[in-house]
Amino acid sequence: MPGFENDHSVYNAPGKINRRRFLTGAAGITLVPALGGTLAYAADQPKRGGTLRVGFGTGSTVDDLDPSRVGEAFKVTLARGTLRNNLTEISPAGELVPELAERWDVSPDARTWTFTIRKGVEFHNGKSLTPADVVASINYHRGETNKSGARSLLADIEEIKTDGPDKVVVVLKRGNADFSYYTSIFQLQICPEIDGKLDVLSGIGTGPYKLTEFAAGVRATGTRNPNYFRSDRAFFDAFEFRALLDATARTNALLTNAVDVIVPADMQTIDLLKRRAGLEVFSVPTRHHHVFPMQVTNAPFANSEVRMALKYAFNREAHVQKILKGFGTIGNDHPIAPSDPFYAKDLPQRGYDIDKAKFHLKQAGLSKLEVSLSGSDSPYAGCVDACALFKEYAAPAGIDINVVREPRDGYYANVWMKRPFLASYWVGRPTADMILTTVYSSGSSFNETSWKNPRFDQLLTEARAMLDQNARRERYVELQTMLYQDGPTVIPAFANYTGAHSSKLRHGQIGGNAEADDFKIAERWWFA
Amino acid sequence: MQEFQRRNFHVSRHPVASLILRRIGLALVTLLAVSVVVFALVQALPSDAAEALLGQNATPQAVAHLRQELGLNEPVVARYFAWLARLLSGDLGRSLANGLPVSDLLRDRLANTLFLFLVSATASLPLALLLGLACATWRGSLFDRVCNIVAASLISSPQFLVAYLLIYLLSVSWGLFPSSADIRPGMATQDKFYVAFLPAVTLCVIVVAYMLRMTRAAILDVLGNDYIRMAILKGVKQRRVVVHHALPNAIAPIAIVVALLLAYLIVGVVIVETVFVYPGLGQLLVDAVGKRDIVVVQAVSMIFATAFITFNTLADIVSIICNPRLLYPRA
Repeated sequence: MPGFENDHSVYNAPGKINRRRFLTGAAGITLVPALGGTLAYAADQPKRGGTLRVGFGTGSTVDDLDPSRVGEAFKVTLARGTLRNNLTEISPAGELVPELAERWDVSPDARTWTFTIRKGVEFHNGKSLTPADVVASINYHRGETNKSGARSLLADIEEIKTDGPDKVVVVLKRGNADFSYYTSIFQLQICPEIDGKLDVLSGIGTGPYKLTEFAAGVRATGTRNPNYFRSDRAFFDAFEFRALLDATARTNALLTNAVDVIVPADMQTIDLLKRRAGLEVFSVPTRHHHVFPMQVTNAPFANSEVRMALKYAFNREAHVQKILKGFGTIGNDHPIAPSDPFYAKDLPQRGYDIDKAKFHLKQAGLSKLEVSLSGSDSPYAGCVDACALFKEYAAPAGIDINVVREPRDGYYANVWMKRPFLASYWVGRPTADMILTTVYSSGSSFNETSWKNPRFDQLLTEARAMLDQNARRERYVELQTMLYQDGPTVIPAFANYTGAHSSKLRHGQIGGNAEADDFKIAERWWFA
Repeated sequence: MQEFQRRNFHVSRHPVASLILRRIGLALVTLLAVSVVVFALVQALPSDAAEALLGQNATPQAVAHLRQELGLNEPVVARYFAWLARLLSGDLGRSLANGLPVSDLLRDRLANTLFLFLVSATASLPLALLLGLACATWRGSLFDRVCNIVAASLISSPQFLVAYLLIYLLSVSWGLFPSSADIRPGMATQDKFYVAFLPAVTLCVIVVAYMLRMTRAAILDVLGNDYIRMAILKGVKQRRVVVHHALPNAIAPIAIVVALLLAYLIVGVVIVETVFVYPGLGQLLVDAVGKRDIVVVQAVSMIFATAFITFNTLADIVSIICNPRLLYPRA
């Protein structure tokens, strides 16, 4: 069934997850007609040639190629997916596969990781890839005063060193069975060390294409790297990325054949695009989720019963249908996506239930509740509408939500983690441990709700160091259950990544870890 | 009395030169005031560059380090004067967001914005003046009424609507011109014209509509004067009345309209730049404000303010030269 290829895209272990679960959101349903005409895909053998022209809905004049800086799809697709490589990558099927690391081995205590670096790989400037480049590229994000988004992930590194001509050894302070996954995150791109200094700005990497021009916030172009170490990838002769921030301009560029693919598609017009001949729409389930975090240090939300009442007082289906226009999957108040191998599939799906909301309110000793909910256009399109939906659905339960529209600018500086109840989102993390640790462990600076639970922290630390998948699963299921029952966050939905492309473009299964086919659109796609 | 005499003497010696010098002096003071206001406004916005750049990664520790690195812990007044001192020595500074010299960021974008400006201005000004003159000459004719109705509807419809209509017809439906202006450095000039066609037409449409009405109104205003009636009574032809008697007296108001619209063509292009994804200064300014990149905001604002103030000063000077009465404002 190649027509369903996108539905499988983030399965870590095909067969282990009930596929129907995916289809509870409308995404699967809307995909069927969209992909009806693409049954020939599987039969196509990738061909070389052509220039891939991508129109991104992101890209800023302040972008540069420094991997330690925050970046959106335009920048990261260029730097991580097109010009450079990491040690590892996550395949569209969700497995960790080799990139610049040929293989990796871990000690039984999950503290010592040895990466064997691929031989004969050259940077665009002709320099050979060495383990020293890898060490420098990782160290670039370390240190107390480092601004890199990867700093806290790498804080547990005790020592990192080269070992012989082709090995890098990382020793951790504590065991971490997921460390190999860390090497796939976009910050840990491997850059060349030139004259003892890591070259992070020029765009010289080992990747499938060489940079010709980069005008921040406007365009980036480049040509195929003839010495690319993978012969079965990178089919285009050249690429051209454009920042087309205005959704209408982006859509028009696709309609007038000025670009071959747009990322993302505009939700308002995606149904019209689907009907247009010569275009295909794609939609991929992801780990990216919307949240309504509650500050548990604040009066009403300190009570778990109040939090439970709010969890029952929101209609998740309505969120998926109205806010995500059907391109999403409903959430179950924990951040683990159904595609994760540790997803707690036996946890009952929480639904909209006024009686239960009233019951829990009563358990908290309240007959009615008044709270303010902050939102703005900053977290996601339709965020303020989502708050208004919450207000409407919660009203019959005796919960009066006062929606506060906050300024878009400075939302994460002045509102997030400052207001007791607000709307936000989390970009998907490649492993269960990463998202749980980042947002819900008591020591994290991103614990947005101040929710703390010693047992949660203990289980999380235990599970992180375990190499036995079954024992890990038990713990992750318990962690999800704890969030489901006592957690500080209403998690209404997981959002799909969407896009549209000309029928002349072909692709395999699309990855759901990041936009633009896990940032690897230029490496993975081809022209028919 | 003495002062009055001195002034009178001064004015009588180089009346125009002294007035122009005074206007230029005033323009510089205005420019300085704009820089203070822009600086203060960016300070007044919630959050600063450190928080904006780090976004969701803005832990207190990271913010503190970045502030230190960007020098945001210095007092506001000290930072302003440091910026001013650098500007006066010809250095626009480095972007807070990515550390690149602001002059590098500006170069291509300023060239793009100026290109769009020149194309739209050269096309729209003569056209608008001619149409305005024609409407005034044949006032009340079918031509006049059609022009007026079309101009009024174009002025009343939002600019992006005109842009989208043009895109829909000329780009999406007929495929004549690109819907987004993919203008690149080093492009051949005819290619630049081609990709900038739709944004330029959008700007022209609005500017022509405005100018046509303003020119027409200015000339009709003059035509109501007694000396015009005199000219008509002595049998001068309508066209001669308009061109020789009315137009010279209407130059001052028209110059002001032209200046305002030229300024608009430079500073008011943000919407057109967004709709057509035209890589000009507008998008740079929007991004810089979002990131609280005050160095870039100041640089772009200075360019916009300079353009605006220059055109207005020129319009003043033209009015002064064309109207001897303005040479003696207190007389």
